[in-house]
Amino acid sequence: MRKANEYLIALAGNPNCGKTTLFNAITGARQHVGNYPGITVEKKEGFYLFNGLKLRLVDLPGTYSLTAYSMEELVARDFLVHERPQLVINIVDASNLERNLYLTVQLLELGIPVVLALNMVDAAASRGIEIDANELSRRLQVPVIPTVARTGKGKEELLEVTAGAASENHQWHPLHISYGADIDPVLDRMEAEINASAFLIDIYPARWVALKYLEADEQVLDKGKKVNPELSKRLEAIANEVADHLEKTLETYPEAIIADHRYGFISALLKSGVLQKSNKSDRLYLSDQIDQILTSRFFGPLIMLLILYVVYKFTFDYSAYPVGWLESGFSALSGFMESVLPPGLIKSLIVSGIIDGVGGVFSFIPLILFMFFAIAFLEDTGYLARVAYMLDRVFRTFGLHGSSVMAYIVSGGIAGGCAVPGVMATRTLRSPRERLATLLTAPFMNCGAKLPVFAMLIAAFFPAKHAQMMFLLTIVSWMLALLFARLLRWTILRGPSTPFLLELPPYRMPTLKGLLIHTWERTWQYIRKAGTIILALSILFWALMTFPTLPESQKSRFEAERALLLDQVPDDRRNSIQTIPSTTDQSFEEISSLSQRIDAVNRTESQAALRNSYAGRIGTYLEGVSRWCGFEWRTNVALLAGFPAKELIISTLGTAYSLGEASQEEEISLSRRLAEDPDWNRLRAFALIVFIMLYAPCLATVTCIVKEAGALKWGLFSLAFNTAVAFLLAVLIYQGGLLLGLGS
Amino acid sequence: MPIILLRQMSVGQKGTVAKVTAQGELGRRIRDMGLVPGTPLQIQGRAPLKDPVAIRLRDFTLTLRNNEADYVSVEVDKGA
Repeated sequence: MRKANEYLIALAGNPNCGKTTLFNAITGARQHVGNYPGITVEKKEGFYLFNGLKLRLVDLPGTYSLTAYSMEELVARDFLVHERPQLVINIVDASNLERNLYLTVQLLELGIPVVLALNMVDAAASRGIEIDANELSRRLQVPVIPTVARTGKGKEELLEVTAGAASENHQWHPLHISYGADIDPVLDRMEAEINASAFLIDIYPARWVALKYLEADEQVLDKGKKVNPELSKRLEAIANEVADHLEKTLETYPEAIIADHRYGFISALLKSGVLQKSNKSDRLYLSDQIDQILTSRFFGPLIMLLILYVVYKFTFDYSAYPVGWLESGFSALSGFMESVLPPGLIKSLIVSGIIDGVGGVFSFIPLILFMFFAIAFLEDTGYLARVAYMLDRVFRTFGLHGSSVMAYIVSGGIAGGCAVPGVMATRTLRSPRERLATLLTAPFMNCGAKLPVFAMLIAAFFPAKHAQMMFLLTIVSWMLALLFARLLRWTILRGPSTPFLLELPPYRMPTLKGLLIHTWERTWQYIRKAGTIILALSILFWALMTFPTLPESQKSRFEAERALLLDQVPDDRRNSIQTIPSTTDQSFEEISSLSQRIDAVNRTESQAALRNSYAGRIGTYLEGVSRWCGFEWRTNVALLAGFPAKELIISTLGTAYSLGEASQEEEISLSRRLAEDPDWNRLRAFALIVFIMLYAPCLATVTCIVKEAGALKWGLFSLAFNTAVAFLLAVLIYQGGLLLGLGS
Repeated sequence: MPIILLRQMSVGQKGTVAKVTAQGELGRRIRDMGLVPGTPLQIQGRAPLKDPVAIRLRDFTLTLRNNEADYVSVEVDKGA
């Protein structure tokens, strides 16, 4: 409930009108981002203290209209009617006033008290557009304050007027517009009926409900049917009657007439002195001149490739330093814990479960920070819209959207990316089906964690062909991602493509403050929401790989073997046997060979423990199926271990082949071991590479898919679907290869 | 003056929206963006693969796919 000296203020406006910039300018760091319940639309809230009044500001999603077609519009509309803020600050772009006022008119028709922030008056003036704010205010009957959100100009006056208007405790006064001779009488008739039955008027103004029946608004019609089915039917009949009449006489629809009259109302509003354009506005804007190069047939795609490559390099090269610091920090921490804790389950839980889990969560943070910074920069400059414009033709063929490219590239479309920021990058996509198809297929790309496994297998079975193989794998992952996106859009995500209709906003230099706020709030969301889940599941997987422990009888056998070897070492050397013996020692040779034998016992024990664990048992159990693509229990358990993080595939495979872990040469020795193993061949290696490319995304990615898609089912779907796809293709490759006689 | 589909206009050509025949979501989106009868517009360019098309109207630039532009007919200016 509202406190006496606290006012709820909503910020509404078109995308690209400077709404978020103004919100940041007012609230500064006193804001937080969440989601509207149950959906993925962001909800930003902040507050501002003004003369002892607390203004609680909610930044509504940017919309062009208040219809019920997109999630953003529904959210904005529902917030206004259900939360009933004292006031709406409607931000309009002064350089593009006509279209911006279309939303204003709809807000006024709803009746909610409005203060108009006439934003970017500086940009408008430079284009030769002059607006008489006082006259506009007089005609609209709402306060109009000229502002420049980027510099903070007009902010104080806007807040003063807002606080004043909010404290007057306004009633809602819906604006009535004339919709012409065909609509107005019908509207009157419907309004009378609605008022007579008090139909929905606890939520909406009566005339507005009538208007929504004429516009065939799904949400209002649904609500109406529940509240009063009989009246709802009658209103629908009236609306249909008008629609039929209009179609017969004018070949048009009520919706179209209503929109025409709204724009007519706006033109009349701006006529005779309110809006004046000098000849300057006929000149090519600077933005258009830039676009003549940046979106041209030849240079456009070339420059785009270059820019996307730079974004990629920026994200992954520069984040490599903080990622490295974090990694060495965490490995120092586990080294320390390793040395102070007594051996046993607690140590294993802390080192392999908790520290590795937390390290796994943190290692993504620099990546996410850099990626969101780069994307925020492209988005705020206006270039991202151009990318979508140029690439839409290609991606639409696969049922996607021009903006899908960003998610693919960040996920590893240029090998070495990461699907976690990639999945989060789909936020720039506004079309729900295209967005889901993109985020479900982006994990097929070759992320940085898959690369060492590929490198190891390529070194073993395709030596001297590293570059060619990596190129081939990149092409294969793009083809499969696009192909499966198409498949998803034909099946479970079937439906017509969402209308494209994209505005190309004028190029602008983003403010550093805006970029930093944008970047930080998203990263914080990841830490808060995804972090905890990833940590919990990492510990679960540690348990799978650890329990049940070896039975005592086996443990004591390994212990006895070790003791036997240790007995042969002179007393004074026993403690240092694990460390490198000094070369000055006379019995160096002998001790070093004993040390190696003890090591071998340790490795055999690790292997036996792994095989005995739940994960090992699952891996062994799955052999019956995995034999189809040539995998035995060692590969299975490594793939299972790769689910919390794909980095673990190599070390687990090392343990399974009793090569021990944590050695720098592990990759090389494992590679040699596999190359010499008669069970392994090129075909099996290739089937494994393809399987790893496609199978279940890592834990962190799945968590992000659940968050971004807004439902657990999509996370589970990606687990099952990707693994099924990987299995089918690996079987196809392996069995097909065997038939062709390649399996030797 | 001839009325043609928005898709058929060439880059740089000017005209005035004569009719929008799209219904449902697409129709509403088109109207929300201010593409209603009587609105003057100019073709600003086309994407490198000739689709979508970029138009300038009401002091901003709007892009739409060719199959969406098919629902908009335009009365083209003489000599433009």
